[in-house]
Amino acid sequence: MADITSDDLRETPLAALHRELGARMVPFAGYAMPVQYPTGIIAEHNQVRTAAGLFDVSHMGQALLVGPDHETTARALEALAPGDFLGLGFGKERYSLLLTEDGGIIDDLMVTRPLDPDLDGTLMLVVNAARKEIDYADLNARLPKSVRLEPREDRALLALQGPEAATALARHIDDLGEPGFMTARPAILDGVPVELFRSGYTGEDGFEISLDADKAEAVARAVLAEPEVGPIGLGARDSLRLEAGLCLYGHDIDVTTTPVEADLLFAIPKRRREEGGFPGADHILRQIAEGPGRKRVGLRLDGRAPAREGAAIRELSGAHLGSVTSGGFGPTVGGPIAMGYVDAAFAEPGTALAIEVRGRDLPATVVALPFVPNRYFRKPKT
Amino acid sequence: MTTRYTRDHEWIRLDGDVAVVGITGYAQEQLGDIVYVELPEPGQALKKGSEFCVVESVKAASEVYAPISGEVVEVNAALGNQPGTVNESPEGDGWLVRLKPADKAEIDGLMDADAYAAFLETI
Repeated sequence: MADITSDDLRETPLAALHRELGARMVPFAGYAMPVQYPTGIIAEHNQVRTAAGLFDVSHMGQALLVGPDHETTARALEALAPGDFLGLGFGKERYSLLLTEDGGIIDDLMVTRPLDPDLDGTLMLVVNAARKEIDYADLNARLPKSVRLEPREDRALLALQGPEAATALARHIDDLGEPGFMTARPAILDGVPVELFRSGYTGEDGFEISLDADKAEAVARAVLAEPEVGPIGLGARDSLRLEAGLCLYGHDIDVTTTPVEADLLFAIPKRRREEGGFPGADHILRQIAEGPGRKRVGLRLDGRAPAREGAAIRELSGAHLGSVTSGGFGPTVGGPIAMGYVDAAFAEPGTALAIEVRGRDLPATVVALPFVPNRYFRKPKT
Repeated sequence: MTTRYTRDHEWIRLDGDVAVVGITGYAQEQLGDIVYVELPEPGQALKKGSEFCVVESVKAASEVYAPISGEVVEVNAALGNQPGTVNESPEGDGWLVRLKPADKAEIDGLMDADAYAAFLETI
């Protein structure tokens, strides 16, 4: 077992609370983060699937893009990422990708246009912890002079996820109402101003809450005091996102994978496919037209043995097809699940394959993602 | 019969002519929820210190090393469907294998409970 040292690790504003709750802290992306609390990963995973759980994701990078007006800022970001930011409405949030000139993925990120028209010209970004410095350097190098990047190091980020997240949160936000999935708005939580996003990384309904770092512990304690809510570590965050079929940067996607290969075409809307004008557009649009050579797929193993990242994926005849990029045990699925890349000809759900685990080829099948159906909030049709 | 312990967090206990082997409470706690145990085949000859079993938690796979040399005479097949038994009862129902020791004296060279507890204090 590797020894964990706390040297040189940064802490989030909730570090003391994590320790008080008995968390096991591990290094992650340069931060000391809770991997699990005493209940364990499976109990935490089930807590989020059946009730609600609170995650500290303050290690993630929060930043603003600030320009003179929405069109200027949106066009600046559209030159770096394939989203439709020009058409993004007030208070709307989108998943997007920063791309290299070859169409590789520098990072995946959330982009939000503030609800308040007075903030027009600003876009709110949330990027991966391990990619902050790279993303910020890239943005600073490629943004036009009229648009500046403002990292918000004084902010914390909490995620409250699960079918009872809204019920628990409504006791702390008077006018919570029913904000739609992938929308954002300011709110007052127990007297603390927060930015509230209805989004997450678990496949469940839930919220992400951005707030001043020095208010994060009080808010976290108040939310954790709700009977529906338990603290959730990075271990369950990983098993939840894997079951939801969501990519983890540095594992399922990186600078060597394109959005087409990664099956993230939903992040390239129609207008951008027609107009291009984003990094790597030639390569990406050709892959869309001709089909990629390889594709990210979901995989189920027949037995109980999990296949981990790096495991070889083979044709039944033995020919190499690719490798596992994320793999483990899915507590809700009740068995081993994985994602990985295979030659496009073998990407159809139902295709029988083998995955090598400790020198043995274990039978596996390509399955449609997600492994567990998502339950994002949908407003009832009126 | 007393239980002996290794620095790799295995335990071993003589039961007549056969030694029962498993992982310690400390080991299962460090691993977290165990979801799969890959056991050896009965009849397999083990060399002291060799990897003979893999215990997988939600997060990672960990090797288990043979505390002594010997031959596997029985594996805990119940772990196939209930790998979590290793978490619930690591030194009881969560045993991994029963070995026929090549040399019983090898067991005496391992730590007793007090020495292992003292060793854990140093980690």
